[in-house]
Amino acid sequence: MTEILEKKIGYLTAEFPPLTEFFSDYGITFNDLHATLGETLEGLAEEHYEDMGIDREKLLENLDGFLQRITLSEIAEAPTVSEITIIGGHDKNGHPEEIELTLLRGSVTSIVGPTGSGKSRLLADIEWMAQNDTPTGRTIRVNGQKPDPELRFSLEYKLVAQLSQNMNFVMDTTVEEFVFMHAESRMITAIDTLVADIIAQANLLAGEPFTAQTPVTALSGGQSRALMIADTAFLSSSPVVLIDEIENAGIDRKKALSLLVRKEKIVLMATHDPILALMAERRLIIKNGGIQKIVTTTSREKENLIKLEEIDNKFLALRTRLRSGEMLEEL
Amino acid sequence: MLFKSDVIKTMKLVTISGPPSSGKTAVLVNVIKSLKSSGLRAGAVKYDCLATDDDALFRSLGIPVQTGLSGNLCPDHYFVSNIEECLKWGISLNLDLLVSESAGLCNRCSPHIKGVLAVCVIDNLMGVTTPKKIGPMLKFADIVVITKGDIVSQAEREVFAFQVRRANAKAKIMHVNGITGQGASELTSLFLQAPETETLDGGILRFSMPAALCSYCLGETKIGMEHQLGNVKRIKIKQEQP
Repeated sequence: MTEILEKKIGYLTAEFPPLTEFFSDYGITFNDLHATLGETLEGLAEEHYEDMGIDREKLLENLDGFLQRITLSEIAEAPTVSEITIIGGHDKNGHPEEIELTLLRGSVTSIVGPTGSGKSRLLADIEWMAQNDTPTGRTIRVNGQKPDPELRFSLEYKLVAQLSQNMNFVMDTTVEEFVFMHAESRMITAIDTLVADIIAQANLLAGEPFTAQTPVTALSGGQSRALMIADTAFLSSSPVVLIDEIENAGIDRKKALSLLVRKEKIVLMATHDPILALMAERRLIIKNGGIQKIVTTTSREKENLIKLEEIDNKFLALRTRLRSGEMLEEL
Repeated sequence: MLFKSDVIKTMKLVTISGPPSSGKTAVLVNVIKSLKSSGLRAGAVKYDCLATDDDALFRSLGIPVQTGLSGNLCPDHYFVSNIEECLKWGISLNLDLLVSESAGLCNRCSPHIKGVLAVCVIDNLMGVTTPKKIGPMLKFADIVVITKGDIVSQAEREVFAFQVRRANAKAKIMHVNGITGQGASELTSLFLQAPETETLDGGILRFSMPAALCSYCLGETKIGMEHQLGNVKRIKIKQEQP
């Protein structure tokens, strides 16, 4: 840390361009590029620190954390997750949950059960990497091992990315700026092609096309969901993706799932939609706070999935006709 | 599962701050429920400016509550002048844990005390540039709780958390849903690792509070140079090239 204080401002801002923005967060702009960082910080009046609500020590601590991120060391340390194992605890009445379930990358599992049955608790257990220290008594293993407890708080190592029905974009940006900002926060290089890829993929999922210049707040429900899924598939560092119902309209659910699978995500889907549930290889039945049963989707069910999709397509076709002003006297 | 014998000996104090409507009370309600289900005795102190209904909410959970309204004083200054009394009150009731919630009205608030677990609650809806606009209450917190994650996209959550990390490199960042309580039992387990506080006499704030003491602090209402005395700061008007 002391090393960087001896470096010249001109060198630092050329070598690590994000530093300029980092310091502007603290109201610090650089005038003398030949001065060292140490001299510059030394030269700031006590008042400046007081106004910014930070002291020199804390600023350096934050700088250190920021540098670690831009030099990718934090990311490199986080081990890749290839599988997650859920070891059962107990349900709300204390009955043991006799289960040991391993979820592999690229697999799709659906979760069914009434509201309040414990679906979110299961996800929370995975996210927190529970070690028999949550109300369910479950234990989570990552790659077969007990994870380092410090990883619970690491941003780069968050296990679960979440997509739900009531999520919206609140930022006031265009689609392109939005994805760009996300990529930047992940310190990803070659952002431009990635951003274009994500927008192209999202358009494949969405029924109605949108462009890079569309404001995110102007996207329809289906378009938003499509962009969120494509963005999560490409940019989220989390290996597990939880989907809380994908609505029927305006998004190709089959393509959405296969994109996530192709991107090697462990997909968990809380759903009561028969099509989505049968698209998964298996489903967890949750009751009274515990996983009551694990069902593998049978070949008979897979056959029915085809029929269900036919019904669904028919229904979608009716929607399209309705939208274009047709009468529905003939079905 | 939390067990009483595991952790608590004397009372722990936790200070919670955050901008208005960020979800401080909702988060605390869930934490208190989780504490109660582990058989621990919690109490709450709510600092606010003009009025609050939160005391009733805490009371409905069956825990003792104190309310402090700062009126026309800076609520932060009011907090630091009264927190010791509240601590004594909590100890006299034999509480295991006392939470002190204060409203962060000007974003320059600085209610955190050295050696006392400090929590800042902010929400995803504030916009990604907000973390840098929040002063010591975020920058010097030990735990930053981010709420309302259920209504924004995954990408916005990740960008927001990244911005928080930039403003505070060391804090533990937790996502808690104030409505469903998701994340609250995990947050509770961190509260239980808080150091114990026997007295605050001689304690030190982590950072200086927003300064005041000008003629307006003393009740001046007239506008104009000649009426301004004391700690007065001037805006720097920049001459922009058109």
